Amino acid sequence: MKFKFKDRERADELVQLINRRVPDRRIKIVHVCGTHEVAITENGLRSLLPDRIDIREGPGCPVCVTPTSDLDAALKLAERGAIITAFGDMMNVPGTAKSLNELKSEGADVRLVYSVSEGAKIAENTEKQVVFLGVGFETTTPMTAAILKDDPPENFSILPSNKLIPPAMKSLLELPDNDIDGFIAPGHVSTIIGVRPYESLAEEYGVPIVVGGFEPLDILYALALIMNQISNSDPKAENGYNRAVDYEGNPKSKKLIKEVFKETDATWRGIGTIPNSGLTLNRNYEEWNALNRFEVEPEEGIEEPPNCLCPQVITARATPGECELFKEKCTPSSPYGPCMVGEEAMCNIWYRYGGRPKL
Amino acid sequence: MKQEREVILNPMCLAIPGEVLAVEDERATVDVGGVEQEVRLDTLSEDVAEGDYLLVHTGFAIQKLSPEEAQETLSLFDELIETNKQLEEEREV
Ligand code: SF4
Repeated sequence: MKFKFKDRERADELVQLINRRVPDRRIKIVHVCGTHEVAITENGLRSLLPDRIDIREGPGCPVCVTPTSDLDAALKLAERGAIITAFGDMMNVPGTAKSLNELKSEGADVRLVYSVSEGAKIAENTEKQVVFLGVGFETTTPMTAAILKDDPPENFSILPSNKLIPPAMKSLLELPDNDIDGFIAPGHVSTIIGVRPYESLAEEYGVPIVVGGFEPLDILYALALIMNQISNSDPKAENGYNRAVDYEGNPKSKKLIKEVFKETDATWRGIGTIPNSGLTLNRNYEEWNALNRFEVEPEEGIEEPPNCLCPQVITARATPGECELFKEKCTPSSPYGPCMVGEEAMCNIWYRYGGRPKL
Repeated sequence: MKQEREVILNPMCLAIPGEVLAVEDERATVDVGGVEQEVRLDTLSEDVAEGDYLLVHTGFAIQKLSPEEAQETLSLFDELIETNKQLEEEREV
């Protein structure tokens, strides 16, 4: 299947359209997905657009927003002899005392997995306790639910740190000094949840929210739809990624999440506690919660090192370039704050593409 | 022997399209960018058959894609571009 989503002609047309529609003032557009940021910088989309369109990444990188307390809990479980399985990016995120990678170099059994099912497979082949660090947004949660519903090995458990995107978007809109003119909603989160959850946000805050795909044309299309809404004064939730997102999302995956998880308040690194923005295992699946099984209480950790602008970056109120440590004391090989760790984190991406990306 | 596997650093952020080569129960063998991968189907509502395209996330299918829908997306882009041109022309007249 060949998608022609890079063709230059259509891109030019869409850019012209955006140019004609964009109001004559600074316009701040926020997306909440690292993959969007990579696509935008990699394809130099900012350089195609007028300077007054300021595109930022909000809390879209699961690695950046996982609180220290969850990492510290994982470290405790490892110290008690459990095998910890986690996605690659989580390995280098600093906890209060150390990262999973550092713990591993000290001899703990920490394994990088590509899927929760790999974690369950490891458990099948060992007597030891195996814990999967369940981070991620709505896209990643149904998989954990599917595994727990599918008769998992008894020595397998989950450290639930799953988060929900719409409450995080709401928390950004609630910040008094945050002047957001439009959101590009994350494509693959929306594949699961659909378009409906954004409707009340768009209405309540009068802000355009357009679901966007990940090819350059998808992103330009989403921006064009946002500018259309702005110039027509008609803010609403709209689907700009029809080929992968249905209005109601993926019913099977939504059902799986509902059957296994329940909403809970969650701490986001850089933001703080957001009501009902996280998921934990519900009553029927409590026994698979590693925190219960090992009787570990998460303790509040130290979130960012001093002078790290991550809280501002994660809430789209600052760009990495505004941080004085950026590229100096803080680099991907020696990250100082969480926004430099993940490959989909804004400081990391901007570092790799050289400061404010204007290609 | 341990099999070498390309390390994907940020699997939780990625969803990649792939073509279904075979289906068995709740699992499919999918060609994802030239690499055969076993994909679980229990997160998907639709039935899947050989030749279908799936959006795959951490080893699970999250959406069925059809080539027609891809084509439709392009026509949506064109539609927006066209409507806009018409509006502009009307304004100029
Ligand atoms: S450059 Fe480093 S220190 Fe500065 S905000 Fe980003 S992660 Fe924090």
